[in-house]
Amino acid sequence: MNSSQLLGFTTFAYLTASILYIGIFVFRAKKLGLAASLLLIVGFLFNTGGIALRWVESYQIGAGHAPMSNMYESLVFFAWCIAIFYLFLEFKFKNRLIGAFAVPFAFLSMALAGLTDPDIKPLIPALQSNWLIAHVVTCFVGYAAFAVAAGMGIMYLVGSTSVEGGKEKNPNGLLATLPSLKVIDDITHKTIVFGFLWLSAGIITGAIWANSAWGTYWSWDPKETWSLITWFVYAGALHARFTKGWGGKRIAWLAIIGFLAVVFTYYGVNYLLSGLHSYGGA
Amino acid sequence: MQKNKNEVWAFFASVKLALFTFFILAAASIIGTLIPQGKEMQFYVDAFGPGTAKLFQIFNVPDMYNSWWFVSLLVLFSLNLIVCTIDRFPNIWRLVTMDNLAMDIGRILKMPKRQTFQSDLPASELARAVEGMSTSWKFDKAEKEEGILLAAQKGAWTRLGVISVHVSILVIFIGAIIGSIFGFKGSVMIREGGSAKEIYLHDANNTKIPLGFEVRCDRFELQRYNTGAPKEFISDLVVIENGEEVREKTIEVNDPLKYRGLTFYQSSYQPLEDAYAIKIENQKTEASKKFYIGPGSAVEWKEEGLKFGITNRMGPYGMGEYRHKIWFNDTSQKPIEFWTEEGKMVIVERPEADYLFSLRPLYYTGLQVAKDPGVWWVYIGCGIMLLGLYVAFFLSHKKVWIYISEKDSHSRIHLSGSSNKNKIGFDNDFSALSEKLEQNDSLKLIRE
Ligand code: HEM
Repeated sequence: MNSSQLLGFTTFAYLTASILYIGIFVFRAKKLGLAASLLLIVGFLFNTGGIALRWVESYQIGAGHAPMSNMYESLVFFAWCIAIFYLFLEFKFKNRLIGAFAVPFAFLSMALAGLTDPDIKPLIPALQSNWLIAHVVTCFVGYAAFAVAAGMGIMYLVGSTSVEGGKEKNPNGLLATLPSLKVIDDITHKTIVFGFLWLSAGIITGAIWANSAWGTYWSWDPKETWSLITWFVYAGALHARFTKGWGGKRIAWLAIIGFLAVVFTYYGVNYLLSGLHSYGGA
Repeated sequence: MQKNKNEVWAFFASVKLALFTFFILAAASIIGTLIPQGKEMQFYVDAFGPGTAKLFQIFNVPDMYNSWWFVSLLVLFSLNLIVCTIDRFPNIWRLVTMDNLAMDIGRILKMPKRQTFQSDLPASELARAVEGMSTSWKFDKAEKEEGILLAAQKGAWTRLGVISVHVSILVIFIGAIIGSIFGFKGSVMIREGGSAKEIYLHDANNTKIPLGFEVRCDRFELQRYNTGAPKEFISDLVVIENGEEVREKTIEVNDPLKYRGLTFYQSSYQPLEDAYAIKIENQKTEASKKFYIGPGSAVEWKEEGLKFGITNRMGPYGMGEYRHKIWFNDTSQKPIEFWTEEGKMVIVERPEADYLFSLRPLYYTGLQVAKDPGVWWVYIGCGIMLLGLYVAFFLSHKKVWIYISEKDSHSRIHLSGSSNKNKIGFDNDFSALSEKLEQNDSLKLIRE
C-alpha cells in the first residue's frame, strides 16, 4: 500500500459520495443520507492516511518534509480541508443537502491532483521553513471555508428560483427540500467570516515567512497581490453585510465571486502569471 | 462652512466610500499582476508598442504599486479608515461603558429574550439570594421606584474588537512607512575568504552605502540532493568591528544573520572563475592549512616543506564539477601527480608523512541586506488584527437583567437579556441562567 493508492481510493470515495449527496438533493432520497456520510468519512480517512503515508514516504526517500510543498500535495490537502469542514457543518447543522454543493469541491480538488505531477521532490532551500506549514495550513483552511461558502451561494441561488414574492412557488418541487433561504444565508455568512479570519492569518504567515527568507514581507508579487485582491472582495462582502444589511442573492454572488478570486490566487496565478510563488508551476 | 465641513467628514466616514475603495484597490491591483513590473522601458516598447509604453510611463505602470495614483488610493483608504473610526468611536465607547442599571424598565421588560417567574418571597430577599448565587454573571443592584433591578454583563470590551481590527491596519501602514523612510534593501557579493565594508542599494544607481563594520565570508557551501537539485546554500559569516571579530554565524536561506539593525540573508551564489580552495592536513601531526589557488600556479607550505599546484583539469561533469590534476612535491624531491574530484579527500602517501588533500571550487556568496526598523510595527499590527478579528467575529457582548417587583407580598421576577452577536450561543446562556434561577430552592420560583 502506498500513498498514491490511498489517494486514488480517496478520489473514488469522494466521487461516489458526491453522487450520493447530489442524489439526496435531486431525488429527495433521504435514505441515501447515511451511506453518503459514511462514504465521505471513509474517503476522509483515506485522505488522512494518504497524507500521513506520503509524509513517511518522503522521509524514506531522504527528502523528508510535510506534504504541503507542491501543487499536488496542496490539492490533496485542500480536499482534506473541504471534507473535514463540510463534515463539521453537517454535524453541526444536521443537514445533508449542503453536501450536494460542497462535497463535489473535495472531489474536484482530488481529480485535479490526479492531473498533477505526484512525484515527491526534495524541498528547495526557500521552502525549508516551519512557516511553510503554518502558511499552507492557514491558507487552505480559509480556502476550504470559501469553497463551501461558494457552494452555499450556489445553493442559495438555486433555492431562490423557487421563491417568488417571498412565497414558495411549488411546495413539492425539487427545491422544497432545501433548508430555508434564511438559514442558507446565515451559514454562508458565518462560513465567510470563518474563512476571512484564516485567510488573514494565511496572508500574515506568508508575509512573515517571506521576511525571514528574503527580508521583504511584502513584494507585490502576483500571488501576494491576488491574495490581497481576494481579501478585499471578502472584506467588501462583510462590510456590505454589517453596515448595509446586504444578504440573500447579493451575498450569494459575492461568495461565488470571492471563491473565483481564491481559485485564481491559488491555481490561476501559478499557470498564467509569473512570480516568486512558482512552486506549482513546474 | 460648518455644513461643508460636515459633508466632507461624512464623505470620509462613509462605508460606501470604503466599499468603493475596496473595489478600486482590488481592480487596480490586478493591473500590476498582468503587466510585468520593474522592467526596462524598452521591454514595454517591444511588448506593447511605443504609444502604450508612453502611457505606461506617465502612469508609472512599470512600478505601479509605488506610483502616485496607487499610493493616493492607499492614502484615501487610510483617511477613510481613520475618519470612520473616529466618527464611530464615541458610540461604541458609550455601549462599552453604559450603565445597565440606568436602562429604562419598560425596555427591559420588552426585550425579545425574556422569562417571568413568580415567588412568595419579598423582593429584597430575592435580590439578595440572586446576588449570592454562584453563576458566571456578576450582578449589580439598584433600587427602583417599584422594585429592584439587577444587571450583569459579559464581554463589553469585545465591542472594541472592530476598532482594533481597523487600527491594526493603520499600525501596519505606519510600519510600512517607517520601513520605507528609515530602511533600505541592498545586496552584496562576498567571495570566500573575502570581506565587504559596504553594500549596494536596490535603487536606480545601485548606490553604495557603508556598513560601518566589516562582514567576512569564511566559507560558502552549496549542498545538493542526489538528484542534483540544490538542498541548501550556506555561508559562514564573521562580523568584524574595529579589528575585532564580534559575531560569527552560519547562515542559510530562512536563517539570516542580524547585526546592528541590519539583516543579512543568504540569497544567491556564484562560482569564481578559476579559483579554488585547497585544504591539506598532515595526518601525523594533524597540522593543517587552507590555500586559495588558481590553475597553472603553485603554492608552498613552508613549515612542511610542501609545494603543489594545479596542472590540468577535465570536465565539466554531471553537476558542473571538474576533476583537477595536482602536481605535488615535498622535501624528498620526488614529485608525483594525481587527480582529485571536487570536495573529495585524497590521501597522499609520502615517505615523511601522509597528507589529506582536498580541493573545491570557490564561490561568491550573494547576500541580501535589509534594514527595516518598521517591521515590528507590521508584526504587532498583524497580531492585533488577528486578535481583533477573533474578538469581532466570535465574541459577543451579552447582558442580562433581573427586575423584581413586589405587590401584595407577592413578587414577580423578570429575567431578560440581549446580545449583539451569536444569538444561538446567547440563547443557551440565557436558558441556563433561567433554569438555574428556577432550580434554586431558596428562591422558590414558579415559571409563569
Ligand atoms: C480591509 C480593511 C478592513 C478590514 C479587514 C475590516 C474589518 C472589519 C471587521 C472584521 C469588522 C467586524 C464587524 C463586526 O463583526 O461587527 C468591521 C466592521 C466595520 N468596518 Fe471595517 N474593515 C476594513 C476597512 C474598513 C474601512 C476602510 C472602513 C471605513 C469606513 C470600515 C468601516 C467599518 C464599519 C463602519 C464597521 C461596522 C462597525 C460596527 O459594527 O460598529 N472598515 N470591519
